[in-house]
Amino acid sequence: MRVGLFIPCYVDQFYPNAGIATYQLLVKLGVDVTYPTGQTCCGQPMANSGFEHLTGDCNNLFIDNFAEFDYIVSPSGSCVLHVKDHLHSEHAEVQATGIRNKVYELVEFLVDILKVKELHAKFPHKVGLHQSCHGQRGLYLTQMTELVAPYFSKPQQLLSQVEGLELISLSREDECCGFGGTFCVVEEAVSSKMGKDRVKDHLVHGAEYITGADMSCLMHMEGILKREKSNVKVLHIAEILNAE
Amino acid sequence: MNEATKTHPELSEIFNQDEARVDWHDETLWWIRQKRDKSAHSIPEWERLRETASQIKNNVLSGLAGYLTTFEKNALANGIVVHWAADAAEHNRIVHDILKRNGIGQMVKSKSMLTEECHLNEYLEEQGIDVIDSDLGERIVQLAKEPPSHIVLPCIHKKKEEIGDLFHIHLGVPAGTSDPQILTETARQHLRETFLTRRGALTGVNFAIAETGEFVVCTNEGNADMGAHLADVHIASMGIEKIIPQRKHLGVFLRLLTRSATGQPITTYSSHFKKPRAGQEMHIIIVDNGRTVQMGREDFRASLKCIRCGACMNTCPVYRRSGGHSYHTAIAGPIGAILAPNLDMKKYADLPFASTLCGSCSNVCPVKIDIHQQLYKWRQVIVKEGYADTTKKIGMQLMTFTLSSPTVFRTAGKAGRWVLKHIPFAVNNKFNPWFIHREMPEPPAESFGEWYKKNVKKNS
Amino acid sequence: MSRDKILAALQQNQPELVPIPPDLSFEKDETIDLSAKFKAMAEGIGSKVYEVADAEEIKRLIALDFPDAKRILSNVDEVVSDGIPAFILDADPHSYEDVNIAIFKPRLGVAENSALWLTEDLMGVRALPFITQHIVMIVDVAALVPDMHTAYQVIGDADYGFSTFIAGPSKTADIEQSLVLGAHGPRSMTIFLCRF
Repeated sequence: MRVGLFIPCYVDQFYPNAGIATYQLLVKLGVDVTYPTGQTCCGQPMANSGFEHLTGDCNNLFIDNFAEFDYIVSPSGSCVLHVKDHLHSEHAEVQATGIRNKVYELVEFLVDILKVKELHAKFPHKVGLHQSCHGQRGLYLTQMTELVAPYFSKPQQLLSQVEGLELISLSREDECCGFGGTFCVVEEAVSSKMGKDRVKDHLVHGAEYITGADMSCLMHMEGILKREKSNVKVLHIAEILNAE
Repeated sequence: MNEATKTHPELSEIFNQDEARVDWHDETLWWIRQKRDKSAHSIPEWERLRETASQIKNNVLSGLAGYLTTFEKNALANGIVVHWAADAAEHNRIVHDILKRNGIGQMVKSKSMLTEECHLNEYLEEQGIDVIDSDLGERIVQLAKEPPSHIVLPCIHKKKEEIGDLFHIHLGVPAGTSDPQILTETARQHLRETFLTRRGALTGVNFAIAETGEFVVCTNEGNADMGAHLADVHIASMGIEKIIPQRKHLGVFLRLLTRSATGQPITTYSSHFKKPRAGQEMHIIIVDNGRTVQMGREDFRASLKCIRCGACMNTCPVYRRSGGHSYHTAIAGPIGAILAPNLDMKKYADLPFASTLCGSCSNVCPVKIDIHQQLYKWRQVIVKEGYADTTKKIGMQLMTFTLSSPTVFRTAGKAGRWVLKHIPFAVNNKFNPWFIHREMPEPPAESFGEWYKKNVKKNS
Repeated sequence: MSRDKILAALQQNQPELVPIPPDLSFEKDETIDLSAKFKAMAEGIGSKVYEVADAEEIKRLIALDFPDAKRILSNVDEVVSDGIPAFILDADPHSYEDVNIAIFKPRLGVAENSALWLTEDLMGVRALPFITQHIVMIVDVAALVPDMHTAYQVIGDADYGFSTFIAGPSKTADIEQSLVLGAHGPRSMTIFLCRF
């Protein structure tokens, strides 16, 4: 199986370590993974702002880069959900459909496709797991507290395989961090208050690191942590699963 | 700019100036969400109940014209007078006409968000009719000359000391009273006098049953009943979408409604009105006011399934931290954001953007409205109709240009990182909204693409 | 005419017909003690619940709990007496303004939420269950059903002018979510669970 690695635009530019860890982890697990260098973005920032009609070129570029692979994997729940829900093309709809059916976020790829049961990873720290909304409620990475349904959590399943890692519990297990794309600047007051509250929940429960499957949420929380001069750091889950 | 033209971001910013108050508002509503969770988890078949309710409402919408005529036929046979109102103005005129014909100058009203939507109180007051809201929360906001901020908990935004002050001014309690027991007792005495003297009573409608021509009104306080059973004229206002097909379907909806709203198993009173009391006039006003237009919007039609429980507001992290008044519309929160643009797209263009699309709302909705998906779709419509502001439009076109070309993207990204590293103050200032409460991310030495080229591509 | 306008708009805009779903069926716990569940729910909502053997016990407990009650009414044959006259039917509802206690016997009770179904013919006048300061309900244990679906099965297509489910004393939490019993309806509800 050939896997195409899709690195979100802001991860490429600002958080390359999350991409590097994803790449290295997949290689470690024996995956034939390639990063098509012509990729840019999934188009989500424009689409979520109401400009879905401008994403045609972006979509076509995505299809050009990724149509050939058996799976497309990305360390981003929101980007993957966006591609799954909204990737269409006027002249390449067959390929678009194909991609929508084979695009995976990293955690779900590891649990559902590679069926990883044993990771050789070590991270002896107290970690808070942030449930990014699109990954959780859109891709079903973790059961949501709104539903009366049995509990499961794919990220937790993977983190439990990491030696020495202590997962802290939170008061509000799956409340949104407030990033929301352009929401973070359009509704700045509410966004930063939401981020502040989310960070507080982790701090109050003793987290040394906050992790999750979406760097966008973590970037937003990191911005608040740094402003509060906290020692707590954010790390993409790939970086923890890849830690030795 | 006056209050009436401020947008959600502007109003939320004001709301967030008092952080302690935001925390109080947020924690109170989160607590109600938790009570809802506890209550829902006590029903193992909860998700199937939601699915059933959703399908019943889908059936209702698909046959609404027929159901309304059946309801009308049965209601008329029961002795209820049936009126139809195309819009808010017509609804208000009908109410006034009924009162005028009966020589009624004072009316007692129980909770009806529809009448809020129609601005009924203001209209009647202009015609010289005195209206008293009998639901305690509604009476409080009426005295404060404010609209309700939540469809089920009208004064959730008010502290007990503030309510005490209002009651001191208007109802004569001693200054500084804030004990809820004493304040409620005061309201009970004050409103009892109202109930005993009002010849006209108006209620809302929670459910209207096509099969039997009866309607159901749910309250905890008993105020709808106190008003209706003591009045000579009972007027009930309903939106066209309040129909349910058969009486037995109440089993489904009454099990879902209050548990979703407040976590209680049922409201204290679920009153079934079928025929007027001997010697009484009972009227029902069936109101459109934009609902038939929403029915024609395929993507947004499902919003008409709403049973007005408020669960979406309680769970919404944005609503909890901005308050109902920030939505500047009768029905706030997530459901309001998908209903209001249908009424006035320009005025309410900001509402679908007052969300992170987290999806919590859709998953507490007892009738499974795809609220967060509709929020996304409204954004596309609003931009297409030309209601996005120009700066955003230009910004988006620039973004499209940058992201459609790998070379432009790489250059722009590198440039951005360079600026952040070498002239941070160009970005780290008060003109950058991100920077108000957050530090910018650290610019890394190389992008992932650059790392890959160096470390992987060359080795392959 | 608005009626025609609205119906025409709907005919044009409503989607293709979607069928009514089948009745929800779910596993009911047959072993559940309905009166125990009912009692627990009723007390949780704020009612006082007594399990009694006969009408005399009811009258005795009412006298004990409400020693100062001046006007007590009922239409339940077993309790109507000198001290507890029957309702006057067709009375002006305003004339019941000073009633302290009204005693009713609802047709059925729902264990999942302690809701009691009281039809108009059992009320005397519609206002009485609401205007009375305190309400008393005599509930035959045999009239308990597990849930609302069953309740509506039992109610069937019964005709009434007015009917209501009453689940407890009137209440409000509108002031900072502090629960206060006794809003505009009765201040308290007392339930007598019995087998007659």
